[in-house]
Amino acid sequence: MIYFDHAATTPVSRPVLEKMMPYLKDKYGNPSSIYRLGREAKQDLDQARKEAANLLGSKDSSEIIFTSGASESNNLAIKGVALYCNKILGVKPHLLVSRIEHRSVLDAAKYLAKYFDHEVDYLPVDQEGRIKPESVRDYVKENTVFLSIHHGNNESGTLEPIKKITEMIAEEKKRRKERGSKVPLVFHSDAVQTFQYFDCDVDRLGVDMLSLSAHKFNGPKGAGLLYFRKNVSFLPQTQGGGQENAQRAGTENLASIIGLVEAMKTADQNKAGNEQIVSKLTDYLAENIQKAIPDCALIGPKDLQKRLPHIATFLFFGLEGESILIKLDQVGIAASSGSACTSGSLEPSHVTKALGYSDIDAHGSVRFSLSPTNTTEEIDYLMKHLPKIIASLRKMSPFKEGEKK
Amino acid sequence: MTDLYSSKVMDHFNNPRNIGEIKNADGVGETGNPTCGDIMRLYLKVGKRKDSTEYIKDIKFQTFGCGAAVATSSIVTEMVKGKTLNEAEKVSNQAIAEALGGLPKIKLHCSNLAANALKAAIANYRENA
Repeated sequence: MIYFDHAATTPVSRPVLEKMMPYLKDKYGNPSSIYRLGREAKQDLDQARKEAANLLGSKDSSEIIFTSGASESNNLAIKGVALYCNKILGVKPHLLVSRIEHRSVLDAAKYLAKYFDHEVDYLPVDQEGRIKPESVRDYVKENTVFLSIHHGNNESGTLEPIKKITEMIAEEKKRRKERGSKVPLVFHSDAVQTFQYFDCDVDRLGVDMLSLSAHKFNGPKGAGLLYFRKNVSFLPQTQGGGQENAQRAGTENLASIIGLVEAMKTADQNKAGNEQIVSKLTDYLAENIQKAIPDCALIGPKDLQKRLPHIATFLFFGLEGESILIKLDQVGIAASSGSACTSGSLEPSHVTKALGYSDIDAHGSVRFSLSPTNTTEEIDYLMKHLPKIIASLRKMSPFKEGEKK
Repeated sequence: MTDLYSSKVMDHFNNPRNIGEIKNADGVGETGNPTCGDIMRLYLKVGKRKDSTEYIKDIKFQTFGCGAAVATSSIVTEMVKGKTLNEAEKVSNQAIAEALGGLPKIKLHCSNLAANALKAAIANYRENA
């Protein structure tokens, strides 16, 4: 099988698996236990936390909460901060999120609006999926407590101007200080698609909270983290034991935490090199598709400096994504689509929509997401089949050739 | 694909029957699916038997949609080709889904699309006749 769906998930690398194995077999102790097996587990957990903090540029390992992955991290960040501001500080929270955030951010915001009456505004993006940093200034209100903008989008491949947004936040914080306002403003970023290729040092980015998922960069599924700056207050969302500094109850998933940190280390060591390798592959793929197939468009930024290096989503006009995916699968190629037909909710991708494409255009979306382990030979194999698949499906389409609906 | 669709669906998706357009069709029916955005167009050529009952002499389809949408379009053309208009009209979405060996729950709406396109094509013929 040829795997072009690395933005969905990646395989666990052998070194990561080998690091994890002892914790699944012999070192199975509960870090909360008193005896030696437990104490050793606790020691390794603490060490993993230190390394994770270090890899994100944090000097304080208590700023790391290990979670089940970025969906949980995003939920904890947004609900935790909003509910703290609401219930403890007595502020009616106003939340700002971009229109192209991951569903876990959008749906958590929707949940707070629906059941807790919080205010939510959705920041628009341009046709390339970029947030205009100045728009933060336009949308922010006195009671804005939380802003969530992901570092990079999993569909459009847009790299968001996080540092510029941080400057806008700093301005707003200064204004609040001058006004004597005590309302906090927390900047959260989901870095799930970027950690393996870009600098995610929390100070250099200037974020207050950051989410990661191990399985996006060759770590195990069910493991991730939430970084939060020491001065950020939030209400825990899982009650129970005192794990994770009493901020997330539940026996620690130590094997997977060890796997997460090992995957972070490996990714961190090779960021620049991997970014170069994979962006060359993605360019090769995108150029070939554009050369060989009429009536298609690559979505997201044209400027390679503003793109994630591993994602290329194409809209094949007049076609539907699932039928393309099935045909690709039949020749052993794995990719994904933002088509309504593949979504489970029968809604077309909110990302393509926010970029200004119609529902019908979004229908024909196919995302190829690569990794440095892919090869040009694999792309050549794809190109042997894809033009034929597109042509055969277009014969079935009621839209005439070249007709953009 | 292991289990996404039944083998019957995959057969019709991979080898769609009666695909294309009929020039000077006697009836054309187009339905768009408000749920997911799929679009299906059916073309009919109507013939008359000796007893003057009208029947579907030829039928072709064009579909913009997922695997299930293509398969339901394809099988409905097979199911009604040669049938009288009255018989064809009675083909229900359940019958289409059953003929395909079932559809995933979330894809059942695709069989409505096929049944509705057929009804629309017959209605269009009757309006023109």
